[in-house]
Amino acid sequence: MTDGFVVEAPGLGVTIQDRGRTGFRAMGVTASGPLDADLAACAVWLAGGPEDAAFLEIRGLGPTLRAVGGPHRLALTGRIAAEIHHADGETETFRPWTTATLRDGDRVVLGAAAGGPAHLAVGGGFAVPPALGSRATFERAGLGGIDGRAPAKGDLLPCTTIAEAADGDLEASEWSFGHGPIRVIAGPQDDHFAPAALDLFTAADWRVTRESDRMGMRFDGPRLDHLSPAEADIVSDGVAPGAIQVPAAGRPIVLLADCQTVGGYPKIATVISADLPRLARVQAGDTLRFAFVDMATAVAAAAARDAAFAGWRRSIVPKRSSGRIDVEALWRENLVGGMIDASRPADWGETT
Amino acid sequence: MRDEGTAVRMLPLGDAALTVEFGRTIAAATRVRVTALAAAIETARSTGDPAFASVVDVVPTFRSLTLHFSRPGGDPGLAERLAQMAAAADGGATAGRHWRLPACFDAAFAPDLDDLAARAGIDRAAAVALLRGARFEVGVIGFMPGFPYMSGVPARLSAPRLASPRTAVPARSIAVTGEMCAVYPWRSPGGWRLVGSTPVDLFDPNDREPSLLAVGDTVEWDEIDADAHRAIAADLAAGRIGRHDFRVERAAA
Repeated sequence: MTDGFVVEAPGLGVTIQDRGRTGFRAMGVTASGPLDADLAACAVWLAGGPEDAAFLEIRGLGPTLRAVGGPHRLALTGRIAAEIHHADGETETFRPWTTATLRDGDRVVLGAAAGGPAHLAVGGGFAVPPALGSRATFERAGLGGIDGRAPAKGDLLPCTTIAEAADGDLEASEWSFGHGPIRVIAGPQDDHFAPAALDLFTAADWRVTRESDRMGMRFDGPRLDHLSPAEADIVSDGVAPGAIQVPAAGRPIVLLADCQTVGGYPKIATVISADLPRLARVQAGDTLRFAFVDMATAVAAAAARDAAFAGWRRSIVPKRSSGRIDVEALWRENLVGGMIDASRPADWGETT
Repeated sequence: MRDEGTAVRMLPLGDAALTVEFGRTIAAATRVRVTALAAAIETARSTGDPAFASVVDVVPTFRSLTLHFSRPGGDPGLAERLAQMAAAADGGATAGRHWRLPACFDAAFAPDLDDLAARAGIDRAAAVALLRGARFEVGVIGFMPGFPYMSGVPARLSAPRLASPRTAVPARSIAVTGEMCAVYPWRSPGGWRLVGSTPVDLFDPNDREPSLLAVGDTVEWDEIDADAHRAIAADLAAGRIGRHDFRVERAAA
C-alpha cells in the first residue's frame, strides 16, 4: 500500500497548494498557490522541503488525517490547534511552528485556523499527480489537488517516508509580519481616476467585507470616483495577484491567488509582493490602509523579506520537548515543580 | 474616449508584472502590434536573452501584453529591451492558425438565438447564416482556462449581456455579447447569450497544447445537426478523432 495519509475528516476550506502554476497564463490558467506565501514557505521548509513541495492550505476547519506507513514528518504554521493521537492511545499536542513525527496508524487532528490560513506540510511533500507542472488546486478548472478538487473523506494523500534515523522534531520562532499600511505601486490604470480619488485611496480606512475568497477580497469605504463613468470599464488586460480593481461602484477589490488572468476593470494600484501575504491575515471587519511606494522600495522590501526568511531558518532548533508529557522522566529529573514556565505562556495558552 | 495614440506605454502591474499597452480600444492595427511583440518575445526567450530570464508568463490581449516575473523587479535591462521591441513591433508576424469547428445551432443548445434574431429584425435562419458566415479572431484567452474572447460578431447580432446571468451555462456552449463570441469550456455561471454548442473541448489539460485556441487564431463555425453533434462528441471521447483534426489551412482572406 502506498504510504501517506488517509483523510478521515476533510475539514472545510482545505486545498492542496504548492508555489503555484506558471507558464499557462496565456491559456487563461491562473497561478494559484498559497494566499500566504510566507507562512507556506515556513511550513515547507520546517517539514524538510523541497521548496516546491505540495502542502495543505487550511482556511477554515482543518482535516483529520491517519498516517499510513511512515514515519512521516509534519510541520504546522499559522494559528491553529492540533493534536496527534498516537496509535498506542496516547495524545500529544501539536503546536504550530513545530514538527511532529507520525507512524503507521497515528492521527493528526486539526482545529480551525484563526487569523488567516494555517499550513500543514509533510517532508517530501504530498505526492499527488501534478497538472500542468503544479499540484496547486484550481477548482474552477479541475486542475491539481486530488483530481482537481479538495481532499474528501477516504482520499489518500501520498507522501514519501523519512529515514528512521532522521533528526528529531524541530521548532522555530513565529514569522513576524510587517506593520503599517499595505504598500502598493500605482497603476496600471491610475490615470482613470481623479486626483482626489487617488488621495482618498491612501487616506481612507478600508474595511474588509465578508465577500472574500481565494480569488479576491472586497473592501468597503468611501467611493473612489473614476475620471468619468466611461473610465470605469477598460478593454480587458492582464491582471495579477495584488491588483486592485475598482469597478463603477467605486469600492476596491484586491485580486488574490486564484484570480483570473485578465480583467475589465481599471486597476488603481497593485500590492507589492512583500505585502501580499499580509492580506491573507486580515479578516472580515478589519480595516487597513494603502500607501503608494515606488518600484525600488518594492524590490528592497522583497529583498528584506528574503533576508528575514534566512533569519527565520536560523531560528530552527531541536524541539524542546514533545507535547507528550512523560511524567516519569520529569520526576526522575525532579522538574515537575518548575514545569509551568511563566516566561513562555503562549506555549500553554494556545495548546491546552 | 481619449485619442488613440500610437505611443507604447509601459505600465507596472505591481513589482512582479509589467503591461505593455499599445492602445485602449480594440483595433486591428493594435492587434497586429501585440502579435508581433509576442512573437519577438517568444524568440528572445527561446534564444536565452538574459533580459527575459525571470519572465514566466506572457499574456497577450486585444490591446496589450502582460509579462509576469518569477521575482520582484524582473531582470535588469528588460524595460529597455521591451521598449525597443515594442517600438519595432509593427506587423510581419506569422498569422495564427485557422479552425473550422463544428457547431450545432438547434434550439436546445441556443436558448437566446430567437431573441437575438428578433432584436435584429431577422428570422432565426438568417441569424444562423450570419454566424456561419462570420470569421472570428481570438484576441485573448481568459476568464477561465481556454475561454476565447473572439471578435467578429456581425453588427446586427450585437447585443448586451443578459440582465440576469445564468447560474449554469452548459459546457461547450457558444455564446455572444457585443462584438464578442466565446465558448464556455466548462459548465459555469455566465451572462453571455447562448447561440449554439460545439462538441469540441476547448481545454484539455492532458493535451500537449491544453488550450485548443491561441491568440491570433481564427475560427469559423461549421454547422452540424444534433445527431452529428452527438456523433462527433462520441468520436472525440473514444479517440477516433482528435481536437486538432478541425484545424484547416487558412483560406485566402
